[in-house]
Parts: sequence; structure tokens; C-alpha cells
Amino acid sequence: MLEGTTAEIRERKALRVNPAKTCQPIGAMYASLGVNKCMPHSHGSQGCCAYHRSHLTRHHKEPVVATTSSFTEGASVFGGLANLKTALNNIFSIYDPEVVSVHTTCLSEVIGDDIPMIIKKSIEDGIIPEGKTVIHANTPSFVGSHVTGFANQCKAFVDYFAESTGETKNVVNIFPGWVEPADMRELKRLADGVGVEYIMAPDTSDVLDSPLDGEYHMYPDGGVTVAELKATGDSFLSVGLGPLASTSAVESLEKKCKVPSKVLELPIGVQATDAFIDALRLAGDTSVPSEIEKERGRLVDMMSDMSQYTHGKKVAIFGDPDHLVSMVSFLVELGMVPAIVVTGTPGKKWEKKMKEIIDPVNEDCVIKAFSDIHYLHQWIKANPVDLLMGNTYGKFVAKTEDVPFVRFGFPIMDRVGHRAFPTVGYQGGMRILEKITDAFFDKRDREDPDHEIELVL
Amino acid sequence: MDSATTPDAIHVLDDRTDQVWTKGSGKAFKCDTKSTAGSVTQRACAFCGSRVVLYPIADALHIVHGPIGCAVYNWDIRGALSSGSQLHRNSFSTDLAEKEVVFGGEQKLEKSLLELIEFYKPKAAFVYSTCIVGLIGDDVERICKSVSRKSGIDVIPVDSPGFKGTKKSGYQAACEAAFRLVGTGDTSDIKPYSINLLGEFNIAGEAWMIKEYFERIGIQVVATITGDGRVDDLRRCHGASLNLVQCSGSMTHLSKLLKQHYDIPSERVSFFGFEDTARAIYTAAEHFGDPELMERAQELVRTEIAKYAPQLKQYKKQLKGKKAALYVGGAFKAFSLVLALRALGMKTVLAGTQTGSAEDYEQLKEICDPGTVIVDDSNPLELAKFVLEKDVDLFIGGVKERPIAFKMGVAFCDHNHERKIPLAGFEGMLHFADEVARSACSPVWQFAPRRAQAKAFLDSASQSDFATESTTTEGGKA
Ligand code: SF4
Ligand code: SF4
Repeated sequence: MLEGTTAEIRERKALRVNPAKTCQPIGAMYASLGVNKCMPHSHGSQGCCAYHRSHLTRHHKEPVVATTSSFTEGASVFGGLANLKTALNNIFSIYDPEVVSVHTTCLSEVIGDDIPMIIKKSIEDGIIPEGKTVIHANTPSFVGSHVTGFANQCKAFVDYFAESTGETKNVVNIFPGWVEPADMRELKRLADGVGVEYIMAPDTSDVLDSPLDGEYHMYPDGGVTVAELKATGDSFLSVGLGPLASTSAVESLEKKCKVPSKVLELPIGVQATDAFIDALRLAGDTSVPSEIEKERGRLVDMMSDMSQYTHGKKVAIFGDPDHLVSMVSFLVELGMVPAIVVTGTPGKKWEKKMKEIIDPVNEDCVIKAFSDIHYLHQWIKANPVDLLMGNTYGKFVAKTEDVPFVRFGFPIMDRVGHRAFPTVGYQGGMRILEKITDAFFDKRDREDPDHEIELVL
Repeated sequence: MDSATTPDAIHVLDDRTDQVWTKGSGKAFKCDTKSTAGSVTQRACAFCGSRVVLYPIADALHIVHGPIGCAVYNWDIRGALSSGSQLHRNSFSTDLAEKEVVFGGEQKLEKSLLELIEFYKPKAAFVYSTCIVGLIGDDVERICKSVSRKSGIDVIPVDSPGFKGTKKSGYQAACEAAFRLVGTGDTSDIKPYSINLLGEFNIAGEAWMIKEYFERIGIQVVATITGDGRVDDLRRCHGASLNLVQCSGSMTHLSKLLKQHYDIPSERVSFFGFEDTARAIYTAAEHFGDPELMERAQELVRTEIAKYAPQLKQYKKQLKGKKAALYVGGAFKAFSLVLALRALGMKTVLAGTQTGSAEDYEQLKEICDPGTVIVDDSNPLELAKFVLEKDVDLFIGGVKERPIAFKMGVAFCDHNHERKIPLAGFEGMLHFADEVARSACSPVWQFAPRRAQAKAFLDSASQSDFATESTTTEGGKA
């Protein structure tokens, strides 16, 4: 299907061809699903909401619920106040959530609906039952990307809920960034291993990877609770993973409740995981248990076993900024050579950071924010690579160019492993390495002539 | 508070009580309304409707004028196959940014169009406006005209911002847009026995199968609209003598336009199941009033059914007595499904659609068994409630319903446009039976708690005195 792509690169400012990002509300929706008994609410026309839910469902293979204000033409002229109030009324009476998490869409942003005002009015009018909360995040999609929406939503959790009682507790807040439910589970396991008490917000494990138990739960038994979100204000430290996804939340918490903050890269690969473990160890004033040290050792061992196959291999990769920083660092640790790195999300600072990481191994690496898959493809055509990494949309490029392809990032709509196996932590590193080398070996086994097939690799 | 779906924990939204109906209850039924604000509707928007209906026109450029998300979520999500150009499977968006939201996006749209047309050399271009475009005041019609002049190809605006309504209103806009091409092509080589297939999207190659039936009996298919579609086919589709219209809703409006302007009669048909497929072919043959043609049609139906019917037997044995729930996009599809399931020995206990009209539901009520629950524009809780209450074995629906069914330990069959296997035609019935059986009879359900409980009960029952033939045959199946 990409037969039209040429090797000659056309610089485009005006349009997107095969995007490498999507819109803010889906990030807000994903984050909100990581709150216990929370109903994400899309303030706009019903189409956006249906799209976001379907897209998340395709990725997670899980039911995703969210409500919508169902704008009509009238609402787009007179504003969505009435729609939102009716919606809130209906949501609380039928679906009975603890929290309704309202995010805007392009339409309500352009109309200029004042959500806090509508929430206030709804409280005054008695629409919101005692003890229940409605929160909001502004998520205009003509700014930033889906990751921005996730970040804005995380900040909203802090702004609406965090309280300081004045008594600091021996608890660390972990803002995990936009990672998979399996990753959040793994981060918690590591934190448990190091022996610190923590609150993870949001936490989509047990929500978007819930077991088959013969029933449909509108609110699966997972997610950070409102009580925990309130208590984040009493923690002695916040660790935000992934600068783009988590910085605004931890900074806001620092401002609001004086909880000191630390922002780290997502713990993917050896050094980034080291940094995470180290931060936890320092926070908990404990030592790293030998089990975790052994995990690290096993990852490094596997890296050494496979180094002859990874070393010097050229990689094209696209995805979200936070994911890319850590994944590319890991590729460098593996001796691989990032050749082109593309994200759809805008970010000059990110480009600079990527350059610092890649320069030591490849000064000519092309690094582009606010770009798309078509650009990446054109570049690969002119400069063949050994491996492509990215979300599901990369498969057409991989097929057209006959390059081994490792899926990573959001969304993955044609494989199942991402929901079950983490990519963060040392174990996650092993999984990534397995996938990369499998991709290389599978290609060889498939394509090598019979007499060259090797049994032992 | 228990969030699980024990039946008594479920209420139907007050506004919705008229949109749920049980056969035999005698009360009036309401549908074709906007979704209630605050409901977890399974519905999409008008833009989505127009986009999915037109996108299989493979040699046209389809560009979404709006912010990025609207373009991303419908990027190649349906398996509408093309035998040639694959241009339609790319995603083009103007990716409106803050600046354009303030100052307008006309310039960006014009530049994008010119650039893409020069690069991809499409036969025509469709421009879809999403919700905010009208609000920021872009005159898309004017830009399309200007680009059309400059580039020499038809550039057609599709006016269906999401807030206009459900997918259904998008279908109408899509038909209007497609109709702009009609009547501009050469029809001189079109034979007297000729048809258009409307509302056939060539999911998993279905259009190819159906087209072949007609060609075999000597009927020319001028255009499949829009599956494996080409701009030039649309241009000359007014030369056909008859329109066969599938899938209620999506192409009805185009058939009306073709009737109005070119006096082409149309027949509503379905190619799902033996019965409906045969009827569709006979309908066409009958239209031309040629006994020989009819004989060829009957011969074809006989051959095809003889080929596949024996193979269905094994599935019938496995599926007999199982209960199905269906929640699909259009009502016409629901009719066919009820019949096809019946042909497999299954019973439909719940039938619902996202976009059915009053007429549709009347017909649906007719063909369903007493006790069947009929719903319009449902939501997950409601669906879950009925599935458990009715002890359903198989759920037929779309992407959003699949995981819900699975969580409840209920088998699933995708019958929406994201399906991966051809379910149309005679051969399709076999695929359908196979898909249903593979899901409904999967060993995985023995581990699903609901089934596990039932099994434990039956096991203990078989040791006690009320073990009977029928419980063992039924229980042994799952
Ligand atoms: S209008 Fe905005 S929020 Fe809605 S789908 Fe499009 S980009 Fe996303
Ligand atoms: S409702 Fe409007 S803004 Fe939302 S997806 Fe549909 S067209 Fe886009």
C-alpha cells in the first residue's frame, strides 16, 4: 500500500501523511481509567468518544467505557453547558462512579466552554451527589499530542485531589507515565522489592488487563483510589517517570503540597532502570535486594550473549517522546546504531536531548519531532536499516522495505504480548532484547538458502 | 456498591426505556434519535459514517480536514480490499494547529491538496470536514473548487461534521459526495443486463465473490459502490439498469438519487446466508424478465448450495440450540443474521442495532421469535445485562463489544466491517458457520467461571438421579 512512497524526501509543513501521533483526549481517557471507579467523560460530540474507546479497545483488547456529552449542532452554537449538566446527572444516576473525569475535545475547546464553571454550577444545582467528585482537564488536540493529554490529566488528578494534612508520611508517589498496565504492575513489583511504600497514579493494571471472571465489570477492581490521590499531598517524594507525561503533575504537587519531586526517564534498559531503582533505594533508605540485582545480572548476561547480533545494527524508530528517549538509550547500550528517530509530537527540547544520547554512536542520526511515518519511510528508502521499531502502523513500512520489525509503543493493534509482558525494568529489557533478536533470526531462518541455515545461533 | 452486572443492579437509562423492547410486550418503540448525553453509547459520528463509506474508493485521495485525531482513528480500520491502487489505505490529515484554529485552515487545506494531488496523481479527491472546521469558518467548498480548477481533477467536499448526527447522517453526505461524480463517464459499452452493487464494501474480498456470481449468469456489474471502488466506475454507474442495495442505510440515499436523476430502479438485497443470497440473485434475474437468465440463476444457486450445504451439517450439529445475541450497525444486517443463525439451528435472543429506523425495527420484530429483546443504540451495561439474563452462548457485534463478551465467558463473532473473513455469498455462510463454531465451541469457555459453575452443576447432576439424555447432550457440548 505504500508503493507511492519515494526515496526523495519532500519537506512538508502543511500536512500529515500517515501520522505518528494522535489527539489529546485519548491520553486523558487512558489516564482516567487508571483511577478507581472513575468514569472518563468526553465533552464534545459523540464521535470523538467512540473513536477513543475503540482505539483503546483495539490496543488493550479490553472493554473501555467512557461517556460523552453528545453535542448536537445546537450545542456547537450555544455551548455545551446544558449537555454536560444532563450528562453528569445521567452518569451519576445510572453508572454510579466515584469520579467523573471530564476532558474537552477540539469542539468544546473552540466553543470555549468553561468546564470549571459548569462543574461549579452542577454542584450548586445538586447534580453531583455527596462525596462524589467531578474533575476536568483541558485537552485541545490542535496542541501537542495524545501524550500531552495524558500529562494534562495527571496534573488534574493532583490539582483536584492532592491534600496536605501537614503530616508527612513515609510514602513515595510514583507517576508512571504513559506505559502499559503490565508495566505499571512491574514498576509496583520493583518498588515492593526495594521495600518502599508508594502510591501509583494513575494505575491501569487490573483495569485494562483484568481477568476473565465471567462477569462484566464496568469498574474493574483496580486503579488508584480517591483516598490515595488525596494522600499524595502527604508523601515525602514524588517520582515522575517520563518527563513529558509526568513533569507537570509532580511539579504541580510540589507547588501545591510542597512534596519534593524528581523526574526520571522511563525505566527501559539498564541505566534508566538503575536510575529508577536507585531513586527508590535512596527514598526508602534501603538497599537493593539481591533478587533485583540478579535480575539486572541476567539482563546484562543476555545482552552479552546476543551482542554479536545486535552490535552495529542500524535502527529506524518512531513513537512517543518519553518512550523514545529510553528505548533509544537502551539500543545504544546494546551497541545498536539509531539511524532515524521520529515522533509525531512536537518538541525542540526533545530533539536536543535525543541528539545528546545518539551523538556518541552516530552523529548523522536524523532526529525529527512533529513528523510522520511517511517521512520516516522516505528516509529509510534512501538509507536502508536493519531494524524498524514502532507501533502497529509501522508494519506497512516494514513489509514494503522487508525490514525486521519490532512493535513497541502505542497503539499495538495486531499483537497481544504488550498487555501481558512489561518492557520496563530489567525483565522488560530482556523481553525487548528477545523480540529484537527473534526478529533478526526469524528473517534469517526464513530467507537464508538451505545450505546456509544455521541450527545454533 | 457492586459494579458487577447482576441483573437487578442494572437500570436502563430513563430516557432509554422506549428504546428497549421485548417481543410480545406490545409497547411502542423509539429509535433513530440522538444518543442521550451521558450514556456510554456504542455509536460513532456522522463524519465517521461518511469516511468509512467512501474510503474504499481506492484511486481517490481522501483527506481529513481537521485536527489529527479524527484522521487517525479511522485510518485503515476496515478490511476493504482493493485489487489495484492502495492509495485509500493511507491517512492524510491537515493536522490543524492552534494557529489555524484562530486564523482559519483554508490555506493549509489548499496547499495540502495541491501537494498531494501532484504527488499521488489521484483520479479525484474527497475532503472530509470534521466538527471544528465549520466553527472556525473555513469555506471548504470554495477551496475545493479552486483546487479542482488548478489541478484538473474533481475535488469533492464531504459535508458531515460529527455533531450533525450518527453515522447514518454521514452516509447521506457520502452519497451526495459520490453522486457528484455520477454521470460524467462513458456508458456506451454497458450491456442491457447490468447492475450496480450498492453498499458492498469488499470486506475480505466479498465483492469479488458476489460479482463473480452475476458475471457467471451473464449480468454485468458496472460498479461496486464502494468496495474495490474506482472513480471511473462511479462516473458511469448511471448506465446500469438496476441497483442492488445492500446494508440498510449506507447507500440508500445514493440509490434514491440514481432513481430520481437517471430513473434506475433499485432492490434492497442481502448477500448473507444461503436464503438471502439466492433471493438477491433471483431478484436481479427476475428484473430482466429473461427466462434463460433465470434458469442460469437457478442453476448457479443449485450448484453453489450443493457445494456448501453438506459441509454445513457438521456445524449445525455442534451449534444446535445455542443462543445468540447480536448488536450490529445496520438493521438489514440484523435480519440476515437472525435467518442465518436459525439456519444453523441457533436462536436469537437479543437483537439490536446502532442506527436502525422505525421501519427496520418493525421488520426485525416480525422475523424474531417471541421473547427476543430488541434494543436501539445500546450501551455496555445494558448489553451485558441481557447477555447474562438470557444466558447467551454467542455474541455478534463489533470492536467495542468483543471484550465485553469475552469477559463474561461468551463466544464472539465479528460481523461488522472489521471482520477478517468473507461472510457473504454461499461460501461466506460456510465461513460464518466455521467462525461461529470455532468461537462458540472453543475449549476456553470451560475455564470461564460461569461455564465452570454450570459444568460443575451438570457433573454432579449426572451422578445424581436427574441426569437425563438431554442435559448430558446439552451440557457435554460447551
Ligand atoms: S475532534 Fe479533536 S478530540 Fe475529537 S477525535 Fe478529532 S482530534 Fe480528537
Ligand atoms: S465527532 Fe466531530 S470531532 Fe469528533 S471524531 Fe467525529 S468529526 Fe471528529
